Amino acid sequence: MSGGAELFPGPDRAAAEEILGRYPSVHRQSAVLPLLDLAQRRNGGWLPPAVVDAVGDYLDMPSMRVRELVTFYSMFHDRPVGRYLVQVCRTTPCWLRGSDEVLAGAREELGIAPGETTPDGRFTLIEVECLGACADAPVVQINDDYHERLDGEQMRAWLRDQRRPEDD
Amino acid sequence: MPKLSIDGTEIEVVEGTTVLRACEQAGVEIPRFCFHERLSIAGNCRMCLVEQVGVPKPLASCAMPVTDGMQILTRSERVQAAREGVMEFLLVNHPLDCPICDQGGECDLQDQALYYGRVRSRYREAKRAVTDKDFGPLVKTVMTRCIHCTRCVRFMDEVAGVPELGTMGRGEDMEIVAALDGCLHSELSGNIVDLCPVGALTSKPYAFAARPWELSHTESVDVLDAAGSAIRIDSRDGRVLRVLPRVNEEINEEWIGDRARYAVDGLVVRRLDRPWLRADGAFRPVTWETALAAVATALQAAAPERTAALTGDLAGLEGMTALADLMRARGVDSVDCRQDGGAFGPGEPASWRFNASIAGIDRADAVLLIGTNPRREAPVINARFRKRWRAAGIPIARVGPVTDLTYPVTELGAEPVVLAELAQGSHPFAEVLGQARYPLIVVGSGALARPDGAVVLGLARQLADTVGAAGAAWNGFSVLQRSAARAGGLELGIVPADGGLDASGMQAAAREGRLDFLYLLGADEIDPEAFRDTFTVYQGHHADRGARHADVLLPGAAYTEQEATYVNTEGRPQQARPAHPPPGNARPDWKIFVALARELGSPLSYESLDGLRSRIEAAVPHLADIDQLPPPPPPPLAPFGDPDGALDAAPFEEIVPDYYRTCPISRASATMAACARAVADA
Repeated sequence: MSGGAELFPGPDRAAAEEILGRYPSVHRQSAVLPLLDLAQRRNGGWLPPAVVDAVGDYLDMPSMRVRELVTFYSMFHDRPVGRYLVQVCRTTPCWLRGSDEVLAGAREELGIAPGETTPDGRFTLIEVECLGACADAPVVQINDDYHERLDGEQMRAWLRDQRRPEDD
Repeated sequence: MPKLSIDGTEIEVVEGTTVLRACEQAGVEIPRFCFHERLSIAGNCRMCLVEQVGVPKPLASCAMPVTDGMQILTRSERVQAAREGVMEFLLVNHPLDCPICDQGGECDLQDQALYYGRVRSRYREAKRAVTDKDFGPLVKTVMTRCIHCTRCVRFMDEVAGVPELGTMGRGEDMEIVAALDGCLHSELSGNIVDLCPVGALTSKPYAFAARPWELSHTESVDVLDAAGSAIRIDSRDGRVLRVLPRVNEEINEEWIGDRARYAVDGLVVRRLDRPWLRADGAFRPVTWETALAAVATALQAAAPERTAALTGDLAGLEGMTALADLMRARGVDSVDCRQDGGAFGPGEPASWRFNASIAGIDRADAVLLIGTNPRREAPVINARFRKRWRAAGIPIARVGPVTDLTYPVTELGAEPVVLAELAQGSHPFAEVLGQARYPLIVVGSGALARPDGAVVLGLARQLADTVGAAGAAWNGFSVLQRSAARAGGLELGIVPADGGLDASGMQAAAREGRLDFLYLLGADEIDPEAFRDTFTVYQGHHADRGARHADVLLPGAAYTEQEATYVNTEGRPQQARPAHPPPGNARPDWKIFVALARELGSPLSYESLDGLRSRIEAAVPHLADIDQLPPPPPPPLAPFGDPDGALDAAPFEEIVPDYYRTCPISRASATMAACARAVADA
């Protein structure tokens, strides 16, 4: 149960303890997913190995068990991602409604292929399976927000907007 | 108790039984890959599908608890079709490399494909390929063959307690990986080779050595530690190719340590396969006649009080008995089986046995370890402690150096004075033991081999009294021996008679020139320099430490080459059986003593194995009750040890610094050397 202070410094400490409080104290390990999420948000959107091990130590869990979770769930990233994580849904409803066009727009605007990050570290583009918003297909998830009923041009425009320098 | 029908047969089972177990009780075999009796249920291979009447989808029987009135079908068309579907998916990514796979002939996937596989594959797409992983010198990986049953992961997590394997990724991308390349930090890692139902994990030293149908199987016992694990020796053409565990619920369940499994390549190197005689400082090969004549001449020339015999860690009852008989017939008092000098109370069996029994660990509700590291001294017993801790979370404490035992241990410190406080009842953990119903006090053989060993023994015994650990129904006073020969030697009473020299006395006498003749029966854990000027006969199978300054080397048989009885740390006699004859001119130990006695002109009272075993039975009747626990000495615990003596201030120390190399066989093993290197590098 070491590492808590370094892992979740300052105000995050209270957040981590609030998460732990949701579970019986004999089942601290139940808190692993929300704590990984918290840790990922505090580490630039990805989980370096040292952070994964620290979460394991914090919950008294073998680090191998935590590593398994990180690689199993697509919401966790074991490699650095851009400031904007652009997840384009490619499952059937979105595909029928033009996800290919949306993806093509993103590729052209960013100049990268799915799975890559722009050299400035601003955008990471990936394809994902169903995001569960088929009624508003095609759907793109960017960080915590859903962008629905997009076409290629809207995708490009949104991405272009995020390049504005005043954003930095 | 719920009743159900399986293929039309009614059966009643215990509440909570799974459908798969119920089927087994009804005599119906259910195919499985991921399910294993001694591991948690994963339910991921889906091979165990059965049909429940009235339920639309097939059930994974390994994970489904029985409910009253269930009607299970295991041979219906739907079941067959479902299992064929599972098999087809398992084979989608499985390579067709059975002809070059070491698992071939003993592969669950191969066997099940016979019953549930299609004749031809319908799969036309590319198969996935997975990078092999480096699991160290013992376990070879061919990861493309893996079907992700996760038995290896669960074994390392649950039984071995070394959570170094895991599954990375999901679906098509899933792979089994190790935390660190090059080594699994467990003394039980070889068991994952047995558990792997396919050829993904195979034995690295045995790679491409043989096909299973070429091997002769010999059921025997392991003697490389004192647990006495049940093993099967697989050999071909007079050579041991591998060792596998056999099931023995009372000792090793179905696991064995890596040394028991992999040290056997040491059986063919550095062997003594003919007699040698030292002349002018150098050994030259001689005939048995010449060698025995030289031994007899030297023995006859030496006065009995200047003659001694010491037996080693791998000696069986037969060899030890014959040597002791031969020596005592000549009036020699200095005969000892305790080459490490362990202070066991002679004549008091409770003082050297693991009285609680290994299976008794499953009942223990508080454990104190004194000067022992069971993980290195007997890994299968350590796994039993871990199993008990997992089942019941019992308190386990230790007096001794801090090491990772794979379960939480309350460290009381390595200073022996802690033991004195416990024995007086003034230490808080004495209270924990006192309140337990089945308190277990485990004394390591290393703690008793210290100069103050008798005091340690006496205090541990006193502690057993203080906390009420040794009663009529439960005797928790338990000694963990680390060598297979020790308990047997003590049962036989192979200790010096009054006025005789013990092991350290022999070494001191030899250094001072007071010893003229010494007979070493495989005794290697001593200082051979002490015997530089003594006429020394070394009888054994390896040219190891004991042979260094010997004058005559007599080639004996290793445990895989002779009939011999071993007594494990519980006091349970078990028989080792020969997989093949000893190499060259080597002979079974007892036959050498029979021949030597004849050479001396005073034959032993027996000249056959049966005769020798009758002699042993006459002396110690329970040693003939093979595989049985000895009758416990009646309570209360007899007085032994010296609880009032002075304790050394020196802390208890680790006595097995290198698990992989502890005896002449394992020291000769290239595989064990590779393991020691891998652990040191990691």
